[in-house]
Amino acid sequence: MTQAPERYMGGGLPRKEDPNLVTGRANWTDNIKLPGMLHLAMLRSPFARAKITKLDVSGALERPGVVGAFTGAELADQWPGGVPCGAVVSDQQNSPFFSPIVTDEVRHVGDVLAVVVASDRYTAQDALESIVVDYEPLPPVVNMEAALAEGAPLVHEEFGTNECFKYTAGVEGIDDLFDAPDDTQLEGGGVRGPNVGGQGDTGEAMRRADVVIKERYIQQRVLPTAIEPRAVVASPEPGHQGIVMYSSTQVPHLLKIVLSLSTGIPENEIRVVAPDVGGGFGSKLNLYREEIIAVVLAKKLGTPVKYVEDRSENYQATIHGRGQIQDIELAANSDGKILGLRVKLLDDMGAYLQLLTPAIAVSGAALFPGVYNFENFAIEIKGVFTNLTPTDAYRGAGRPEACFAIERAMDSLARELNMDPAEVRRRNFFEPFDEPTANPAGLQYDSFNLQAVLDRAIELADYESLRAEQQRRRESGDPVQLGIGFSTYTEICGLGPSQALAGLGLGGGGWEAANVRMLVTGKVEVATGTSPHGQGHETSWSQIAADVLGVTPDDVDVIHGDTDAVPFGRDTYGSRSLAVGGIAVYHAANKVVEKGKKIAAHMLEASEEDIEFEGGRFSVAGSPDQNVTIQDVAGAAYLAADLPEGMEPVLNESMIYDPPNFTFPFGAHICVSEVDTETGKVKLRDYIAVDDCGPVINPTIVDGQLHGGLAQGIAQALYEGVIYDEEGNLVTASMVDYMIPGAPELPNFTLDRTVTPSPSNPLGVKGVGEAGTIGAPPAVINSIVDALSPLGIKHIDMPASPMRVWKAIQNAQGKQSGDRQIDASLEASGADIKQGR
Amino acid sequence: MIPVAFDYEVAESVDHAIELLGQYGDESKLLAGGHSLIPIMRLRLAAPAVLIDLGKLENLRYVRDGGDHLKIGAMTRHRDLAFNEMVAQHCGIVGYTAGLLGDPSVQHRGTIGGTLSHGDASGDMPSVITALEGSIVVQGPNGERVVKAADFFQDYLVTDLGEQEVVTEVRVPKLNGNTGWSYKKFSRRSQDWAMVGVAAVVERSNGSIGSARIALTAMGATPLRATSVEQALSGAPRDAVAEAAQSADEGTSPASDSAASAEFRRHLARVWTKRAVEEALSR
Repeated sequence: MTQAPERYMGGGLPRKEDPNLVTGRANWTDNIKLPGMLHLAMLRSPFARAKITKLDVSGALERPGVVGAFTGAELADQWPGGVPCGAVVSDQQNSPFFSPIVTDEVRHVGDVLAVVVASDRYTAQDALESIVVDYEPLPPVVNMEAALAEGAPLVHEEFGTNECFKYTAGVEGIDDLFDAPDDTQLEGGGVRGPNVGGQGDTGEAMRRADVVIKERYIQQRVLPTAIEPRAVVASPEPGHQGIVMYSSTQVPHLLKIVLSLSTGIPENEIRVVAPDVGGGFGSKLNLYREEIIAVVLAKKLGTPVKYVEDRSENYQATIHGRGQIQDIELAANSDGKILGLRVKLLDDMGAYLQLLTPAIAVSGAALFPGVYNFENFAIEIKGVFTNLTPTDAYRGAGRPEACFAIERAMDSLARELNMDPAEVRRRNFFEPFDEPTANPAGLQYDSFNLQAVLDRAIELADYESLRAEQQRRRESGDPVQLGIGFSTYTEICGLGPSQALAGLGLGGGGWEAANVRMLVTGKVEVATGTSPHGQGHETSWSQIAADVLGVTPDDVDVIHGDTDAVPFGRDTYGSRSLAVGGIAVYHAANKVVEKGKKIAAHMLEASEEDIEFEGGRFSVAGSPDQNVTIQDVAGAAYLAADLPEGMEPVLNESMIYDPPNFTFPFGAHICVSEVDTETGKVKLRDYIAVDDCGPVINPTIVDGQLHGGLAQGIAQALYEGVIYDEEGNLVTASMVDYMIPGAPELPNFTLDRTVTPSPSNPLGVKGVGEAGTIGAPPAVINSIVDALSPLGIKHIDMPASPMRVWKAIQNAQGKQSGDRQIDASLEASGADIKQGR
Repeated sequence: MIPVAFDYEVAESVDHAIELLGQYGDESKLLAGGHSLIPIMRLRLAAPAVLIDLGKLENLRYVRDGGDHLKIGAMTRHRDLAFNEMVAQHCGIVGYTAGLLGDPSVQHRGTIGGTLSHGDASGDMPSVITALEGSIVVQGPNGERVVKAADFFQDYLVTDLGEQEVVTEVRVPKLNGNTGWSYKKFSRRSQDWAMVGVAAVVERSNGSIGSARIALTAMGATPLRATSVEQALSGAPRDAVAEAAQSADEGTSPASDSAASAEFRRHLARVWTKRAVEEALSR
């Protein structure tokens, strides 16, 4: 009798994926070389808005090595659906036709107006210079408020407005909502879907409150910057009438559907393969124009076509994240209790709608109340077209924006009431619960113990000592001041219950599929509909299957990312994979065990009710010597020579799992910063994150998710920010100008966890992929404002660059001495945005 | 990020490099590490028809004792300098600054001759060599000449290097025990170009300041000496530093860009000069 295997879930198993990745043996899309493969290059617009008055590609065709050069007009009948948008958040949403190659007008720098196909990428790129284009430049709109102003140039003239949609929830008392005159035009009602709503009477709450915090926050655009840029190879498969598309994507299954909708190629004739994918962060949750062009040309030319974007194109043409102007009003009593919250958002669509563009802000709408229990909530969101690169999902996708607003406002409230920022949070926390409990927007939070994470974070930070040091530095006039910033967050993971997703304008279909099969030799294959691109599903799914089946993770192979090889699934994004796809694996593996019990009972000549299963071994209750291993049973099931009557051969079970609710991880973060008041430079001295994502399958992977997420969240707060000039040119067009921080810029993270299981699934797991990008930005900014608050500084926009911090200090000191204000407009990120109300 | 097609030649010797430069003229560029040149070629901001690679010239990769100065071969990698004992002992500012350039891969490929020839005023090493009052040895068809750092850097990306000339060696003085140094680089990320940099070489004399040589990075088209600060500090007591540093930006013409306005750069130059001189005095 062999030793019963250990339990693998909860252990820090080294990632199975890593040996190949770190030794250069990964299979990236750009590594794919097929016979006869041609290469694509895109002619991209240097103007943010211009009419194309002449376009002549004939010069390119004369160059050696060039196979074809195409305009949008020539290929228009190949993409009747254009680049599809799958999100409808309002009945009156303006959704433009998005042509993969434009035909009349360019609408952002990087828009595609012609393509060249050649024998190699260099030849294709050189040939672009032989295409003759005449542009008639037109004035662009490069910021949202200007776009909504009377007489603004129109990104899409057919709509007569730059407003894409307006979404409202919880609008009672709306007459009092904000001071701007156009607010009175809000329609009443408007609570959409079962999971996003507003409630109460925010107007009454504002009137009744002792204090109302009114602030404006800017969510600057950021660039997702996956380490592997987008890449695609489209291949007309020999012996197959359709097309195979290899793509560096998060969503092979989704691509199969939307590629069909775009091109009219029947869905059953499309195979999508996601080879090893070097990160996505939401930016590869899209069908891109370049993929459609590659597919159309591969079919037209009858040969494989490859396109790999370079980093400049990645910054101009891959979706951008964030891009919001947030006006918020938070009403509270003098004891710190919140009475109501209302939020008015402008959300930057960019020039076109990508797959989920209008849904990003809307999907975060119900999270503006954060972890606080109060009654009155209302929100209005306007989507706005601008002549800039389209926006879409970026790590957190709507939740970091919401979390930033409420967590910044909570600090402002604490300062206004002269309360400790931890205390004001505590007074508004939900009491611990483990059954679904509604938040002010009607979202059913699954389980919380906020007090525990905050207590632990305060303990780890040695909070009282930090406050004492801060006081000493203030009193001694130290040029380097200390700041302590809090953020207590929740987020929505486990996308998702299909009905609820439909309510968010996302159509539905939030389930996930898994197939678990045991081979004749006793080894296991797990085929999953999730599509990992860095998350380590091969490791985690192996741990889940190994524990259920009583085998080792090395016995398990996880198959993913090929629509011909795995059951139809819903891919990987929004921290959904474990809480939906992992649970599907868990259920399918349990089905294998259940079937195995029947076969074991037959083999042991016992009744099924008497069969016990533990550690990979079926035994007869009370007679442990009578047993068979699951490998024995798998072999018997495979050979099928002696199975119970009527039983199908083979242990091969599937599960399509639709979760009953979302999951809601939560946590408390504390950022400790040192602000050099002479240079404006902020150094993070320590960062404490206590997160609760339920039980952890693999702590190494969870730590990794937090490290990466915190790095990107800190990056948004301190470093990253898209800058456009007034003509709509991308100023931060390379990694020299766009500030991706590296390890030297980051502190050592102090991580800890509490465990509050979700009642929504049998493993109690919640998800953790975006916790860092959600929790970190407000913690960082709160710490800087905390350091500088004696100067009267109440807010600093992201990214809090040295110049921006220095200017805030100069302005604060200028105010005191009556000097002129220093112009802070030079560094406005994303758009020229006025600060304050 | 896809460069225009170019030809590639390997120089087997300095004379061969000079000959190739004569053959291809201004169509060609020398490759001496490439961490400035290759990126701008990938952005199609530069499109030389021929690259002449100096990478095989191992005989230009050395640090030698020249008596009162150190001789550094032009193809010496930044990483070599960062870990060189003779440099650490006699002219620590060069080794320290080499260790600040870019990231490890840049330091392993990039060369001191390359960074000086490129003549980028945001580069750190040009300011350091300027503050040290070092010199640059160049070789051309008519033989060798030695150019003072002050004369070498002429304008933005423009040096005294002739069309057919190659930098072969850099000479820096050995600093004595009474001389402290500092290079303060202000950048948002450790691997960035300097937003502002200050190189200070300060001689102590009987408890006060004997003399100070200060050069500024990214405050104009070339490395600039902060002459009025130097004058104010000459023979001054140690507590004169803060006030003297207030004139650090005099005579400078910094650019405004997305990282910093000219006004902010001037401010940083003042703060950083104060801190650099104080650090030099304590080192």
